[in-house]
Amino acid sequence: MSTHDWPLYEVFVRSKRGLNHVHVGSLHAADDAMAVHNARDVYTRRNEGVSIWVVKAADITASSPDEKDPFFAPSADKVYRHPTFYDIPDDVPHM
Amino acid sequence: MTAQLSEVDLEHHFEHTIEHDQRIEPRDWMPDGYRKTMIRQIAQHAHSEIIGMQPEGNWITRAPSLRRKAILLAKVQDEAGHGLYLYSAAETLGVDRADLTERLIAGKQKYSSIFNYPTLSFADVGVVGWLVDGAAICNQVPLCRSSYGPYARAMIRICKEESFHQRQGFELLTMMMRGTDAQRQMVQDATNRWWWPSLMMFGPPDADSPNTAQSMAWKVKRHTNDELRQRFVDMSVPQAEALGVTFPDPDLKWNPGRGHYDFGEIDWAEFKEILRGNGPCNAERIAHRKQAHDEGAWVREAAAAHAAKQRDKELAA
Ligand SMILES: [Fe+2]
Ligand SMILES: [Fe+2]
Repeated sequence: MSTHDWPLYEVFVRSKRGLNHVHVGSLHAADDAMAVHNARDVYTRRNEGVSIWVVKAADITASSPDEKDPFFAPSADKVYRHPTFYDIPDDVPHM
Repeated sequence: MTAQLSEVDLEHHFEHTIEHDQRIEPRDWMPDGYRKTMIRQIAQHAHSEIIGMQPEGNWITRAPSLRRKAILLAKVQDEAGHGLYLYSAAETLGVDRADLTERLIAGKQKYSSIFNYPTLSFADVGVVGWLVDGAAICNQVPLCRSSYGPYARAMIRICKEESFHQRQGFELLTMMMRGTDAQRQMVQDATNRWWWPSLMMFGPPDADSPNTAQSMAWKVKRHTNDELRQRFVDMSVPQAEALGVTFPDPDLKWNPGRGHYDFGEIDWAEFKEILRGNGPCNAERIAHRKQAHDEGAWVREAAAAHAAKQRDKELAA
């Protein structure tokens, strides 16, 4: 038996209160509890985290094989979603 | 759905990404050569971190004080962590960590030549931190901008931790230099033994490094071996002066014309022998790694058995 049989987990760490969990890397573990334990030892040796999530890599659904994809095209052509799209006279305050 | 992109389009997109200093991410298309190069580079780096635990691990039980023991333990544990960050980065390219470990043990993949030298006295712990981790930092800082995203991110984490490694080593040596003549002699002796091997850590001279051009074009390497070696020499000389030791090189002297230190010829025959497996500790390092792996088998089996039992319990409930 080798670690071949241990699933791959992706690790997410919240570095401090008020911030999101951020992906930091991955590891192999026999089960969920071991994954959290190992994640603490590997990714938070210097107070890098106050909370850890682990999730089996096999359970993640991703957008597409490529980071640059037509899947995101709908957000690229909607410039009117950004505040800079609108012309406001310079002398209007607080806007 | 979009039409299948042709190989030429994909290659163009890949090159465009690199040209604009953007990162390649795991699920992007990449040329086979790039994937192979990255797997080799990252695996070799991961193995170096793991094998690199041994020379210093050798001194944990014999550290002269509780303070030094705690520091050394933390440093060696960091190196284990570095190995794991890097195996994790390698796995994003489609290889398996367990396979990489097997390839290391079988002698099919390399690790840094430096870890095939012995650590003969406690002063070696200090000199390894100062020079070996120092050279590693020189090599690794530019890799934080490697074009392969997961590798670059692992390097950022690693570089943050390396600074402690170098400083603890230098501080240890500073204390020994304030001690007895015998202690100062130990520091000088360790420096003499580690200086040349540290310079070899940057790899063969540029003229002998056929892959450098392609690696620079792919931005997986940012400076040539000789550039980084020169940078390391220039940084180390004033540190040696501050410490009160000399490097074992009669040709080492400041060249005002170049604005750099000149240094003597490196013994590349010795370097090649070590890469061939004939260094003072090659066999010992791999044997030890294999032993640790074999002796850990029952732990891995027990963990898997426990996980299976828990799963069965959950299903039954
Ligand atoms: Fe390291
Ligand atoms: Fe280190």
